[in-house]
Amino acid sequence: MAGIRSAGAYIPKYRLGKETAGWRAPGEKAVANFDEDSVTMAVAAGADCLRGIDRAEVDSILFATTTPPYLEKQNAALIATALDLRNDISSADIANVLRAGTTAVKIALESVNAGSAKNVLVVAADSRLAVPRDPMEPAIGDGAAALLISKDGVFAEITASHHVTDSMLDVWRARDDTFVRSWEDRFVIEEGLLRVLPQAVGAFMEKSGLKPADFSKAVYYSNDARRHAQLARQMGFKEEQVQDPMYGVVGNTGVAFPLMLLVAALEEAKSGDRLLLAGYGDGADVFSIEVKRGADGSKNGWRGVKKHVESKRLLKTYDEYARWRELMTTAAARRPPLPTPSVSALWRETDKNIRLHASRCKSCGYLQYPPQRVCIKCMTRDSFEPVRLSDKKAEIFTYSMDYVAGTPDVPLVVTVVNFEGGGRMICMMTDREVEEVRVGLPVEMSFRKLHTVGGVHNYYWKSTPVRA
Amino acid sequence: MMEGIKDRVAIVGMGCTRFGERWDVDGIDLLVEACYEAYEDAGIEPKDIQAAWFGTVGSFSTGQPLATATKLNYIPITRVENACATATDAFRNAAYAVAAGIYDIVLAAGVEKLKDTGFTGLSGAAAAGSNVDPPVPPPSQFALAATRYFHHYGIPYEEGKKTLAQIAVKNHQNGALNPKAHLRREITIEDALKAPMIAWPLGLFDCCGVSDGGAAAIITRPEIAKSMRSDYVLVKGIGLAVSGMQGILQDDYDFVHFPESVNAARQAYAEAGIKDPRQEIDLAEVHDCFTITELIIYEDLGFSARGKAPEDVAAGSFTLREGDLPVNPDGGLKCFGHPIGASGLRMIYEVYKQIQGKAGERQLKKADIGLTHNLGGRPGSFTCSVAIFGR
Repeated sequence: MAGIRSAGAYIPKYRLGKETAGWRAPGEKAVANFDEDSVTMAVAAGADCLRGIDRAEVDSILFATTTPPYLEKQNAALIATALDLRNDISSADIANVLRAGTTAVKIALESVNAGSAKNVLVVAADSRLAVPRDPMEPAIGDGAAALLISKDGVFAEITASHHVTDSMLDVWRARDDTFVRSWEDRFVIEEGLLRVLPQAVGAFMEKSGLKPADFSKAVYYSNDARRHAQLARQMGFKEEQVQDPMYGVVGNTGVAFPLMLLVAALEEAKSGDRLLLAGYGDGADVFSIEVKRGADGSKNGWRGVKKHVESKRLLKTYDEYARWRELMTTAAARRPPLPTPSVSALWRETDKNIRLHASRCKSCGYLQYPPQRVCIKCMTRDSFEPVRLSDKKAEIFTYSMDYVAGTPDVPLVVTVVNFEGGGRMICMMTDREVEEVRVGLPVEMSFRKLHTVGGVHNYYWKSTPVRA
Repeated sequence: MMEGIKDRVAIVGMGCTRFGERWDVDGIDLLVEACYEAYEDAGIEPKDIQAAWFGTVGSFSTGQPLATATKLNYIPITRVENACATATDAFRNAAYAVAAGIYDIVLAAGVEKLKDTGFTGLSGAAAAGSNVDPPVPPPSQFALAATRYFHHYGIPYEEGKKTLAQIAVKNHQNGALNPKAHLRREITIEDALKAPMIAWPLGLFDCCGVSDGGAAAIITRPEIAKSMRSDYVLVKGIGLAVSGMQGILQDDYDFVHFPESVNAARQAYAEAGIKDPRQEIDLAEVHDCFTITELIIYEDLGFSARGKAPEDVAAGSFTLREGDLPVNPDGGLKCFGHPIGASGLRMIYEVYKQIQGKAGERQLKKADIGLTHNLGGRPGSFTCSVAIFGR
């Protein structure tokens, strides 16, 4: 039976928390760095999910989000390219509703069951913005999850599901809105979440002949911690059956939220466990997932949720976050304004910039980045094979820390990195702590947004200290 | 090498503007200032010039501004641009035309007006492209070499910083004696160590300034030079080495030596017949865009053994008075800043004056053979020129 073959997650390194000056909430929440967005987080989660799996096996990708960097232009295609997936695959953005993550799972499952795809990668990511100081601000966080939905080789089968559509304006964002809006709290909760989700789960139980006691863990969406507990009671789950929603740790990560909780549950799950997954937003998606064996992600070095939660750094000030999210105008360095990148050049360099392909000389075997026409070692012309560098470990050969370069992260750390197995790249470093940068530091590559000029989001790879 | 250029070309006149924040003048004014000093020095007039080579990078885009400046009359003018070696390459092309016997008297001039950009540092404007490469201003590029040099030779940070500071102190001492220099204040080791960080590990005094300036040379054959003046200066050799990004593409490239300098020097030494540069060269004007660059240049040009440049710095080997091989007697880029299209000719100007014995307070006791060196680009991919002059 179809189900989950692999899983992965991504949580940004940075948190707003008690030690953050100007942050008034008691708990923590994960916040994307200034160079992260839902696409970059989805790439990271997708890469986590595909550790140890031949990427050529993926034959479909679905990207679920309410915060797509592009409103017209497919984000899933960009993610697929950064993940270096094949070209002859199908792809879609599933967007505009918090339920999009679980809806993507449904569509993936149907493709696999129908035989139109063997391995569908579902990536869900969100980076939503609340009005500063709004009660919603501490509740929402940034993160991503990924599931490989397959027919064969699954460790958890998806055995039953139920779906409800129920349109309402409880939480919404209009085309030109920066911040998420919501109607009066009591209405939103009582006529929305607390009505729709228990009804959907109840109908699902009736349809499938299951009862709450049949589940070892329940994974579901809710707006905040209090409602999450209230929902459990309403749906008939005991406290120990409820998967920790990570409120006050990561925060409600929107579309990614139920899938991240599912990944966290799968990390702990044993053979024979049954999980309930429920997504909410203009209706609900409910699934029953039977775990056949341990996810065994550790074998391939996956990070999942747990390692990402543990690997964190608290921001010193709220101002820094406000600057990252462009909620605060700050003085720019005295540098020439950035021109809009040439779109034709970006297109031409897709393999180099987005797939992060180096070229390996077929004649002498030397690996070189950026890809060359003539080999730097043996001067053979046009005889190369591509080699993906994005999943390779590397090490800092040398670096500088620039205080005048005019980027949001002062100092700008520029690294020369040497990859395991050959190849060198000069690149920016991100998620770095100045005091830990040194020659020889093990690094990995992270897909990031360099800047946005003229409506073009310019993505490229940066080095970053190995997370876990 | 085929027949070289040694002793086949003579400099008979040179001019150099005061370098600095020349808010009151433009690039044409700087060219007039430099060229007319050169004409006067050579005892000729603009109408005597038969062809010209004009070095500039960001300030002008054709050969015409040089004609406009001194009203050169419908003669061939070639604009040369080759990174920080631009001015020396303009000189090189001019010298080759004379050596080839095509012209009797030619002009090589270079200028840059950097202060009008409104940016601190070089503007670094690039052509349309994908814009994914790191925004790495020059301090950061050379900091990559400094970080690695310290690591490679196991030099503790404080010690490495002190070596670099000694280079800055030396060049400021020299520049303080030079009325044409931009920065004319001596600094202490303390000043350099305490200065704000620009690109770690390079601080403010490890970096050269941003200045406006121009310089010019009038070149002819020795037999004509003889009729013009007795103290003309001969070109002994010129080398130029351009990288194909080897250091970026090869993961075994070490970042502590620059093969472009080594190769350009090898060409120039061969042509000039120099076997032991430390012994035979009396002074050198090198491309000290950053203190770490000068440190590595000592080794690349054969002034110091590999890894031993810090010891030579500590021993004062390259200072104006005590040193056996004074480097950057005029104050270097450190005090002149780096108006790109002018720097190479500014260096040649100092060597020319020193060989003539006309370097004023900076005059060296022995100045028979002088070297100039320019390095443009970044560690891993440079354009480098080395030129040698003598009597």
